[in-house]
Amino acid sequence: MNVLSDPRWNDALSRLPDYLGSHVRVSLTALALGLVISFPLALAVRRRPLLRDTVLGIASIVQTIPGLALLALFYPLLLVLAGLSLRFFGFDFSAFGFLPAVLALALYSMLPVLRNTITGLEGIDPSIIEATESVGMTPRQSLTMVELPLALPVIMAGIRTAAVWVIGTATLSTPIGQTSLGNYIFAGLQTQNWVFVLFGCAAAAALALAVDQLLALIEAGVQLQSRLRVILGVVGVAALIFATLIPTFARTKTNYIVGAKTFTEQYILSSLIAQRLQAAGLSASSREGLGSNVIFEALSKGDIDIYVDYSGTLWVNQLKRTDHLPRKELIAALKTTLADKYNISLIGELGFENAYALVMPRKRAEARGIHSIADLASSAGTLTIAGDYEFFSRPEWASIKRSYNLVFRQQRQMQPDFMYAAVASGEVDVIAGYTSDGLIAKYDLVVLDDPKNAIPPYDAVILVSPRRANDSALLNALQPLIGKIDIATMREANLRAASNDGSSSPDAVARWLAAKIRR
Amino acid sequence: MTEPQPTIAYEQVSKSFARGRTKAVDGVSISVAAGEFLAIVGGSGSGKTTLLRLTNRLIEPDSGTVRILGEDVRNLDPIALRRSIGYVFQNGGLFPHMTVAANIGITPRLSGTDPDVTSARVDELIDLVRLDRAHRNRLTQEMSGGQRQRVGVARALAANPKIVLMDEPFGALDPLTRDALGDDYKSLHRKLRLTTVMITHDMAEAVLLADRIAVMQNGHLLAQGTAQELTRSDDPYVGQLLGTPRRQADRLQKLLPQDTSKGAP
Repeated sequence: MNVLSDPRWNDALSRLPDYLGSHVRVSLTALALGLVISFPLALAVRRRPLLRDTVLGIASIVQTIPGLALLALFYPLLLVLAGLSLRFFGFDFSAFGFLPAVLALALYSMLPVLRNTITGLEGIDPSIIEATESVGMTPRQSLTMVELPLALPVIMAGIRTAAVWVIGTATLSTPIGQTSLGNYIFAGLQTQNWVFVLFGCAAAAALALAVDQLLALIEAGVQLQSRLRVILGVVGVAALIFATLIPTFARTKTNYIVGAKTFTEQYILSSLIAQRLQAAGLSASSREGLGSNVIFEALSKGDIDIYVDYSGTLWVNQLKRTDHLPRKELIAALKTTLADKYNISLIGELGFENAYALVMPRKRAEARGIHSIADLASSAGTLTIAGDYEFFSRPEWASIKRSYNLVFRQQRQMQPDFMYAAVASGEVDVIAGYTSDGLIAKYDLVVLDDPKNAIPPYDAVILVSPRRANDSALLNALQPLIGKIDIATMREANLRAASNDGSSSPDAVARWLAAKIRR
Repeated sequence: MTEPQPTIAYEQVSKSFARGRTKAVDGVSISVAAGEFLAIVGGSGSGKTTLLRLTNRLIEPDSGTVRILGEDVRNLDPIALRRSIGYVFQNGGLFPHMTVAANIGITPRLSGTDPDVTSARVDELIDLVRLDRAHRNRLTQEMSGGQRQRVGVARALAANPKIVLMDEPFGALDPLTRDALGDDYKSLHRKLRLTTVMITHDMAEAVLLADRIAVMQNGHLLAQGTAQELTRSDDPYVGQLLGTPRRQADRLQKLLPQDTSKGAP
């Protein structure tokens, strides 16, 4: 098959104006904010060694925080600030998307600008500084007429480094709700759509290179006093800024925003819901790749309108409950508690469960006579278990260990998509998989029983934000999905999405799913 | 008042560095008359550079007073004071990102002089220090050490100062260039009726250029006067300093059978 005739290229290309525009907007805003703070800060502290070292030290520490973590930290931080602001000043702001992304990226951009400005100014021959005094320059004249022009190449190098870093790191702002070129990468990694991953990486790299070269052009123009170069550089930057406005014009204003977490099933379900709403004549778009805690807060604040969560996750993580209820009672209890506590409407179950479950290859389980988690207790000390990045710190794992008294030889964390292959090949012995995952059938794995109900039920439920609670058009449009998706159907949908070809995009799978449940 | 007022007067001036641990200048008094060319001679650490920097308030004295035309410099605005005094550095102290013309015209530009007036003044100065007008728009790194030092002198003279301070101005130049520049400056000093204070470690240069010489060591003024007067000093260090050029001259006389300098261009 011709690689370029893959329909996913067209899909990727059609998203480019929105993703690229949002990416440029968030990066350039962050860069500008970072510059406006760090440049004067560098000038203010450069002659005060103690303060200078403190500021540089703090900026260095910020730089050691991984970009993803820094972005993720700003979300709860802003939530707290928004809460305080509402309480004391009577106004609220959104801690979702643009604002936390800009602040985190601006912070990230500061070190190279600070360090290079200070180094560039300190590197000037002291006799030249003395000469500026002797010819009668004021400190300000010395700075603007001599010191800054001489330090310019070093300062510009810092700004260019900051620009490249910010543009690269901005791809990580997808999980906190900021659309960026990272949407390609997050979606592509989850749905095994390597065309998207490649496209996202290439677009981010091209953007970083372009901005770097434009800044180089402006720098050369200033150095050589070439007006043409400065104009070309400024026109280039202006064109980029104009590009950021395209999505604002191009994006048809949608009334409903459907959220999705960072795994395949969520991408499919958000596409399904968006398609359902569009079919009902409502305008809807998806906001994908959101972090697990971000998405719930975003719904309660109305930054998104609808998403699918799982009863056990809500029960344990959001409501911090440790008691165990049967499936139906759990949903009933959730429904009232979410409504009372958050004004969030739980409008119904989709019909399947995506539970955490301990999973083994069928043949090996049968050979060892293992049917339930309880059967693992005697041999766990010789076995290796793998789970996703959050499983081993989740309350469910504590509950399993407590209920069955399990101690494994080794615990390993893995990208979920690779776990199934790892257990099938025998690299690990048991995995904490997801019951709705299509790979369970594909690799002939078996889900171990949980006779002590250590793992709560995980029914997929549709949640609707407080401000849409009485939106009958929306509720009517969602109604046909309730109770229609059984576990076999969802597994098949997930398996389709995991295949690496043109018909595996979440949109395509969602269309397949919609056709299937209509029957 | 029978004596004319000195142009520059150092009165019991002291200055310490490193929180008083190092006394750079210790109770020095010198007065420089209008039109006089004073050379301050001393080794490194003698305090001569500190004394020069006290003159235009690049640094402030701990005690004592520096007067310009009778006025305590502490009562003068330091920026205006520095613009009114020419300053020439050993390495030129030129701004590497500016052209020759921009370097020369910097002080008038700072004072807000009309650009056309400054431009004409720059041409005049280029001629005065015997540079080529073709160098006008070149960057200073492209020039020889001697040419750069001529730019430095032109820059110091740009704002029509009455006083010029020179910090080892010809120290880093080759001997021929050094002689030529020294002679050229000396005639400018006379022609423009300048008052010049030059610091140097080279007694021969001081004897050749200056009207009067002050000798410093470890922050103290050891002797001051004309070269003639200094020869009568009983200070051994002054004697040593004066002896050096004389000994050199004697040795040269023996080595060179006849005087070849007459044939020099």
